[in-house]
Amino acid sequence: MNKLSLEGIRVIDMSIVWALPWTGAMLGEMGAEVIRVESLHYAPRIVRHGGLPRPAKEFLPFLGTLGKGYPDLEPGEKPWNRYAMFNALHRSKLSMTADVTMPKGLEIFYKLVEVSDVFIENNAPGVMEKMGITWEKIHEVNPKMVYVRSSGYGFSGPYRDYSGFGMTLESVAGHSALRWYDNQNMFHQSHSYLADASAGAAALYAVLLGLRRRRKTGEGTMVEIGLSENFISHLAYYAMDYAMNGRLHDAIGNRDLWAVQGCYMCKGVRPEPGAVKTTGEDHWVVITINNNEEWNGLRRAMGDPAWAGDDKFADQLSRMKNHDELDKLIEAWTSRHDKYEVMHLLQNEDVPAGAVLNSEDVLNDPHLKERGWAVELKHPEAGTHKYAGPVWKMTRTPGRVFPAPCMGQDNEYVYKKILGVSDEEYQQLIDEEHIGDSWIGV
Amino acid sequence: MVDQVLSDVVVLDFTQDLAGSFCTKMLADYGAEVIKVERPGTGDRTRRYGPFPNDDPDPEKSGLFLFLNTNKKSITLDLKTDIGSRIAKDLAKDAQIVVESFRPGVMERFGLGHAELEKINPNLVMTSISTFGQTGPYRDFKATDIVLFALGGPMYVAGEPDGGPVKYAFGVVPIHLGYVAAGATLAGLWTAEEQGVGQQIDFSLMEALQSDANFQLAHHTIYQYVHEIPPREITGFGMIPFGNYPCKDGWVFALILQADFPILVERLMGMPELMERFPNVYDSSRKDEFDSVFINWLIEHTKDELIEMAGPMGLNIAPLNNMEDVYSNKHFNERGVFTEIDSPLAGKFKYPGRPFLNDDMPWSVERPAPRLGEHNVEILCDRLGYSKQELVRMRQMGVV
Repeated sequence: MNKLSLEGIRVIDMSIVWALPWTGAMLGEMGAEVIRVESLHYAPRIVRHGGLPRPAKEFLPFLGTLGKGYPDLEPGEKPWNRYAMFNALHRSKLSMTADVTMPKGLEIFYKLVEVSDVFIENNAPGVMEKMGITWEKIHEVNPKMVYVRSSGYGFSGPYRDYSGFGMTLESVAGHSALRWYDNQNMFHQSHSYLADASAGAAALYAVLLGLRRRRKTGEGTMVEIGLSENFISHLAYYAMDYAMNGRLHDAIGNRDLWAVQGCYMCKGVRPEPGAVKTTGEDHWVVITINNNEEWNGLRRAMGDPAWAGDDKFADQLSRMKNHDELDKLIEAWTSRHDKYEVMHLLQNEDVPAGAVLNSEDVLNDPHLKERGWAVELKHPEAGTHKYAGPVWKMTRTPGRVFPAPCMGQDNEYVYKKILGVSDEEYQQLIDEEHIGDSWIGV
Repeated sequence: MVDQVLSDVVVLDFTQDLAGSFCTKMLADYGAEVIKVERPGTGDRTRRYGPFPNDDPDPEKSGLFLFLNTNKKSITLDLKTDIGSRIAKDLAKDAQIVVESFRPGVMERFGLGHAELEKINPNLVMTSISTFGQTGPYRDFKATDIVLFALGGPMYVAGEPDGGPVKYAFGVVPIHLGYVAAGATLAGLWTAEEQGVGQQIDFSLMEALQSDANFQLAHHTIYQYVHEIPPREITGFGMIPFGNYPCKDGWVFALILQADFPILVERLMGMPELMERFPNVYDSSRKDEFDSVFINWLIEHTKDELIEMAGPMGLNIAPLNNMEDVYSNKHFNERGVFTEIDSPLAGKFKYPGRPFLNDDMPWSVERPAPRLGEHNVEILCDRLGYSKQELVRMRQMGVV
C-alpha cells in the first residue's frame, strides 16, 4: 500500500475565517499532520464562532445562517466544538492549545517550529508580529520552514493595514460590480467568499512550490499573498478587455456574452413526509444555447412547440436579439417540470443544462453519491454528519478525512510525543492556562 | 533565463478553455516547460473568445488566450491520427506531468489514457480536469460556466431572496478551480518525486467547487445541523450596514460587525448621537432608517476617500471597483500586480500578473502566449528528430 501524498510533512496552522483554513484541510487530507495552534484566552471571529463565542440558544435566530450553525440549534456546553463552519472547514487537522501572547507560549510555538515543515496563517498585518512571531525568528529557528501568509491587501503598499473580509476585497478587485442582475439596482449584495477560497488555492500552490524548492535547495522561504490582488487574474476577460479596448462591462445577470442563457424557474418539489423543511417553490434550472444544434436539442426536449419555429428564433443572432421573449417562453416550459427532469431532458439532447442545487440537493445528488464525494464522519461532540471528502481524487494516494478537532484534543500527543514535555511540565502548562479544552474569560 | 522552481519540469498540456489553461499557466509561469498540444487549424477554443484589440477577431490576438497561455509552447497535432497520437506519446515519455481537459474517455480513444501512458512513463502525474469527473452519471454531461456554477453549489444562494439565483462574472469560477488543480498537480509531482508513485488525478470541477471555502462547504454542514436549507441572504446582522450603498461617485460595499458599530458612527461618521438614537444594533426593523442616515453621509464622499478613511479604522467599507478603477488603483500599482507583456501580433498590454510575492521563487514571463503551432519545428524536428520534409508531409496529411 502506498503512503499518503504528504506523509511526513508537519504543518502549523494558525489560519482564521475562510481562506487558509481550507488550505490546511487540503494538506491534511493529503496526509500532512496539520496542527492548529489555538489559544484558551482568545476567540478569533468566524473561526470557532460566527459572532458570539458563547451564544445563548435564544439568540441564534439573530445570527444569520453562519452564526446559528450548531447541531439542532443547541450551542451546548462547549459551543466551540459544535460550530458548523469550523467543523466543515477544519477537517483532517489536530488541535493543540498554547497562549502565544505569553513568553512560555511563544517558546512552545518556536519549539513546534523547529520540528515542523510548513506554517500557514492569514491574520491581519501586525497580529503575528505583535505576539513575537516573525519570519526572521522562524527562519533562524528552522531555516527549512516554508511560511505562507495571507492578508487582505498584502504586507506592503498604502492599503496594507486596512481591514478586509473576502466580500470587501472582491469589491476592490472588481468582481462585486459584475455579479448582480444588472447595474440599475445595486443596493443588495449576497454573500460570496470566492476570493477567500482563491487565496486558499494560492496558499496550497505556494506551500507545494515552497516544499519543492526546499527539496532542491534545502532552504525554506516565506510567501506573501494579497487576497484582493490574487483575485484580479480571475477577472481576466474583463481585465484584458479594459487593457485592450478600454471597455468597462456592466453586470448582466445570468446572460452570457455569446450565447442564449438563463436561469429558469421550475416546479417545486413537495417535501416527502418527515423530510426537513424545504424551500417550496424555490427551484431553478440553468440552460445555455450556444448554437443551432443546441437550439434544436432544446426544441426536441420541449416537444417542439409551435412558437419555436418562429423566424425570430431561427438563428443565434435572432435568438440573442429576442432574448427577453425567449426567456419567458422557455420558463413557461421549465416551470411545468422538476429541475432534475429538465436537466436530464436537455442533457439527453446534448444541451448544456444544470439544476441549481441547494444544500439538500447536494447531499442527495446521485452523481456525488456514486462518486463518494461526501464522507460520513462521527464528531465526538457534534454527532454524525456528512462532510466533503478530498477535493480531488488521487488514484494511487487517495487521501483521508477525519473530523475537525475539539479544542485542545491533541494536547497530550503534541506536547508529550512531539515536543517531549514531561508530565510535571505538562501539569504546569495546564495550571498556567496554556493547555486546556475550553475558553477562559471569553 | 531565470532559474525557477519548476525549470526542470516538462508538462505536456492537452487543455483548453479556462480551468485547464490556468492550471498549466501556473506551472509555466513558475518555470515549467509547458508544451501545449492544439488542434491543427483552429487551436484552443479561447483563441476565439476574445476580447480582441479594436474588437477585430483574430485567433492570435484573443485577450483571454494571451493571458492564459503565457510562457507556453504550442504545437499542433491531430490526435485522432496514428501519427499524432504516437508523437504525443513520445512527448509524454519525457514529461513529468500531463494535464488534460477533454471530456472523459477522449484521451483513451486517442490511445493516450493513463493506463497507456504509465506503461511508458510509470512516474507520470496525469491531471485529468473535467466538469464532473471521470466516472458517475453526469460524467458525459455538457457544461458551461453557468451549468458548473449551478451544480457546483454557490448559485442557489447567490442573489436576492425573491430575485432568483444569479451567477458570478464570466470565468472567475473555472479560473479559480484551475488554480486549485495546479495545487493538486504539484501534490502529484511531490508524490512522484518523493515516493516514486505516479498516478492519475481525477479533478472534477463540480466537486472541487462543492468542497471549496466559498460558503457552500459550511452551508452543507449547517443544513444538516439546523435542518434548514441555507437560503439566499442579503442581510448582515440586525440593522448594521451590510450591502452596497451609493456614494458621491459610485457605490461602496459595507460590512460592519456588531462590535464595530460605535467606531462607524462615532469615529468614521462623527455622529456620536446615533449611539443613543440606535441603541440596539440587532433591531432589523430600524435598518431602513439607519441606512438613510448612512447614505446621506456617504454621498458626501468619494469611494476612494471612503476606503482610505474606513480602512485604517478597521471598518469594511470599500469601493465597487470597475476595471478602470482596478488598473489605476494606487495600492495595486505600488505592489506591481500588473505586468506589461508584448505579444508580437497583438501588441503590448498590461496583464494581471504574479499571484503572490516571494523573491526566492520568481514568477516570470519569459515569453508571451504562443502562436498556433509556433513550436512545431523546435519540438517535432529539433527534439524528436523528425526531418523538415517529414514535417511538411505531416502538414499535408493534416496531422500537424
